[in-house]
Amino acid sequence: MSDEPGIKKFMFVNRKAPYGTVYALEALEVVLITAAFDQDVSLAFLDDGVFQLRKGQQTKGIETKNFSPTYRALEGYDIEKLYVEKEALAARGLTEDDLLVDVTVLDRKALGALMDEQDVILSF
Amino acid sequence: MKFGILVNEGPYQHQASDTAYLFCKAVLAQGHEIFRVFFYHDGVNNASRLTEPPQDDRNIVARWSKLAEEHGVDLVVCVAAALRRGIKDENLAPGFRISGLGQLVEAGIQADRLVTFGD
Repeated sequence: MSDEPGIKKFMFVNRKAPYGTVYALEALEVVLITAAFDQDVSLAFLDDGVFQLRKGQQTKGIETKNFSPTYRALEGYDIEKLYVEKEALAARGLTEDDLLVDVTVLDRKALGALMDEQDVILSF
Repeated sequence: MKFGILVNEGPYQHQASDTAYLFCKAVLAQGHEIFRVFFYHDGVNNASRLTEPPQDDRNIVARWSKLAEEHGVDLVVCVAAALRRGIKDENLAPGFRISGLGQLVEAGIQADRLVTFGD
């Protein structure tokens, strides 16, 4: 749990592909607002959520906004703790090099331990 | 204990709203407090007063309104998610109010537990 009074540890768990449903896009909106409240924010990507960070997204064909550049802008909001589940990457034939931002790759067990330390977990 | 509730799915399509409602009832029945229920994603559709389910079905929207009326539960609909889906003050059911995502973050900060209902 967070040691600083008034600051909680918020982890956003992203489990869904970036397009197809609106969860990923609307999750990002909450992430940005939470950072504005000066909370301790981290993001975890697992399951199909790892596709949210895939390089080279092109959405013209589905007439949907490509919001992936926003992940690169997170640093500007002091959001630097991005965790990706190792097993989820491997299951989808992806490596860290396929991702558009710097992340920390953790195995399932380590990510679980990290979740245990959080005050608030929001899963989208 | 003080609970914050997040509802991420629309009514009738998904059980999340039903379960969230029943959870709220159980929380209150046991003497706990609901700090706020926040509606996000398609969850904002729970606030449409234009909803008219068949008579032999539960009225999900009216149920939420009744909860607000009887227990003073704060029902907040995310403005950005609501406008995307055509939920505005003019079609908002009683007991709901439209506000920003900051209300969700505040619920996370103030409540002892923030419980999410949805996929």
